Amino acid sequence: MRLFDLSFRHKIPLWGSALIIATALAVSAATMLRAYDYLKQDLVSSSENLGFTLAKTLFPVLLHDDAWRAFELVRAPFHEDRPDLPLEAKEIFVIDRDLKVLVSSAPRIMPLLAELSSLGADYPKLAQALARANLDFKGVFEFPDSDYLYVTIPVAEEGKLLGTLVITHSKNVFLPRFYGFALGGAGMGVLVLAILLPLNWYWGRRMAEPLVQLAHGMSEIVHGAPADLSPDLYAFHDELGQLFAAYREAATEIRQKTALEREVMQSERLAAVGRLAAGIAHEVNNPLGGMLMALDTLKQRGPLDPPTARTVALLERGLQQITETVGALLVQARVQSRDLNRQDFEDIRTLVEPQASRKSLQLAFDIDIAESLPLPAGFVRQVLINLLLNAIEATQPGDTVRVEAHANGDQLLLLVANVGEPPTPEILAHLFEPFVSGRDGGHGLGLWVSYQTVNQLGGRIAVECDAGEVRFLINLPLHYEVTAQSAKVGAGGTPTTLERPT
Amino acid sequence: MKPIELPDGNRGRRRILRSLVTGALAGMLGPGRVLAQTTPGRTVRVGLTPAFVHDQHALMADWRRYIEVKLGVPVEFVPRNSYRETMDLLHQGRLDFAWLCVYPFLYLKDLVRLLAVPLNQGRPYYRSYLVVGADDRKRNSMADLKGAVFAYSDLYSNTGYLVPRYQVRQLGEDPATFFRKTFFTWSHRKAIEAVAAGMADGAAMDSFVWDTLVRVKPEVTAGTRIIGRSAEYGFPPFVAHRAVAAQDFDAMQRVLLGMSSDPAGQVLLARLNINDGFIPGDRSLYDSVVVMMRAFGEY
Repeated sequence: MRLFDLSFRHKIPLWGSALIIATALAVSAATMLRAYDYLKQDLVSSSENLGFTLAKTLFPVLLHDDAWRAFELVRAPFHEDRPDLPLEAKEIFVIDRDLKVLVSSAPRIMPLLAELSSLGADYPKLAQALARANLDFKGVFEFPDSDYLYVTIPVAEEGKLLGTLVITHSKNVFLPRFYGFALGGAGMGVLVLAILLPLNWYWGRRMAEPLVQLAHGMSEIVHGAPADLSPDLYAFHDELGQLFAAYREAATEIRQKTALEREVMQSERLAAVGRLAAGIAHEVNNPLGGMLMALDTLKQRGPLDPPTARTVALLERGLQQITETVGALLVQARVQSRDLNRQDFEDIRTLVEPQASRKSLQLAFDIDIAESLPLPAGFVRQVLINLLLNAIEATQPGDTVRVEAHANGDQLLLLVANVGEPPTPEILAHLFEPFVSGRDGGHGLGLWVSYQTVNQLGGRIAVECDAGEVRFLINLPLHYEVTAQSAKVGAGGTPTTLERPT
Repeated sequence: MKPIELPDGNRGRRRILRSLVTGALAGMLGPGRVLAQTTPGRTVRVGLTPAFVHDQHALMADWRRYIEVKLGVPVEFVPRNSYRETMDLLHQGRLDFAWLCVYPFLYLKDLVRLLAVPLNQGRPYYRSYLVVGADDRKRNSMADLKGAVFAYSDLYSNTGYLVPRYQVRQLGEDPATFFRKTFFTWSHRKAIEAVAAGMADGAAMDSFVWDTLVRVKPEVTAGTRIIGRSAEYGFPPFVAHRAVAAQDFDAMQRVLLGMSSDPAGQVLLARLNINDGFIPGDRSLYDSVVVMMRAFGEY
């Protein structure tokens, strides 16, 4: 992975840190260079001050050839008992117009009348430079690869030039001070870094985290299931905040669309299954009716010998079972049913009470409807009983099964909920299809029938699973068009005559 | 140059004022009237020169006080760094007494009278030492110093100027050209410092100063080495201006001669490195110096 491909989670803090460190280094370096410059300037100007004073004092002394007094004067600025004075000169001397030493603070190194060019170190170079400058030169001489700095001041008065005063400084004298400055600066730098780097790291992570989450969410959009990012993740209204808002809007729409698509697919599948089932049921029902009629005729014709009677009874029971199964597949809301009323819910409670008490379950009914609602009572009762029996079956002893009914304007909302684990995703995907059962022993037609019934009544049924609760929600319009609905469900639009046996 | 020592307090300031007035009057009236003898408020002025180690300030203060108490009149020490200045002060009648080098004493002739001669290790004599740098092993006599840088102490010094020039002349050389360069340090002690610092290759000086410094400031002499000791000469004398009245002359002489028999005086003598005190002395002590001066036509 290339450096620039790194996650913002790392990139922002890293870049921030790099910038902070670079800035700290640049500022420190600039400050140190300035400090070095200032120190040098200090050195030169204090040296020049000393030089002017000395040159003025030395002029009459040298004019009178008072070598000892001159020596005492050039020695005066030295304080051997104060080695800590940083700007103290190393040597002070005066050379005459023939570049010979007139007086020197270090006569052992620079004896009286010695030729400057015959002395070692930088002196031959200095002699050349001074000869070129014609001695009458105030300035600073520095030579490459030399640790010394030479400040020169002419010893002259009213046009009479006696020589040049030279003050030698070791550049090393201000290095300790410079290092002192540098160390102090570095300490401050480290302190600043110690404060800024963690701040930067925290801020970078804070900036990056929403971006990372956003990027993750965006990549999930392709799969149609974008993550729901909490608004707390980035609560500000800057560009990033706007991006978040847009994302949340898009994500909600995508989720709704996906859910809608899935629902449409499921209802189309269920419709197809319903058509198939109705088609088969029709084809089976006609011969079945004939067969049952034939058996009936046979029984009415006269007494049958016992073995035949048994066979006929066996056939009759078998055919009856086929009839029931086919009938169950072929759901049709009976138009002739009476209206739903509050008593129906009491009846339902009474009907399922025994099963509930066998498992020591609580039944919580919350019924909030008008005395009577324009809905076919039989179908609603059937659907509710189906769902309730399923719920009671799935609930652990001691828990509660809730039933709620609310009339809300032009629709009836029904809820059947039980505490328990949700069905597996595979079962959920095919929950309302025939012969799908979440438990052993179920024939898997209960929810199919409920779905078909609700569908025919123009309503919707959905399941929700969360917080350890499984909820079936039914939404029934109070002004239904059962003919249109059953036409949609029935095979080839032909209403079936068979009723689902109770 | 050192300022005149100022006594403490208002009393001292008044005294100085009076002495200044007295001095000014004396200047107008001529040398014979300098001292209004034993007049209250009169100050005795004593000139100090580099003939001895005169810059031990605490010692000078104690000695001045001692003399003051003994004399019963205020005493002022007037230190000067060159003999010439002290000689000028004597010429102007602004000093009553002075501790001079031999050469100025003889040079001033009858302007001054011999008051007392200190005893250097029991005898009123001293020498001239010829010194070079302690690490200079090549030069061992005056002859070896030809072409060298030489430090004289004072134009009017016996041991620091007259004697080395005389020694050069004894070698058959001209002192004016014998050395490559010469300069004056205006004191024996500084001549030692000039050699120790490497400023001069050689110097000549008062043996008494050198011996005293060896004792009290060995770090000053440590950088030098003696390569020659001259013959003995009479020790630098204490002199009185000729205008000093007889009873003042006697009083001062009594004080100096009495130091060796007085406990406080003995302590001071020990610190001055002249343990045996002073004797009245005699002008003939200095005859050999007169010979050298005559050789240069300076007497």
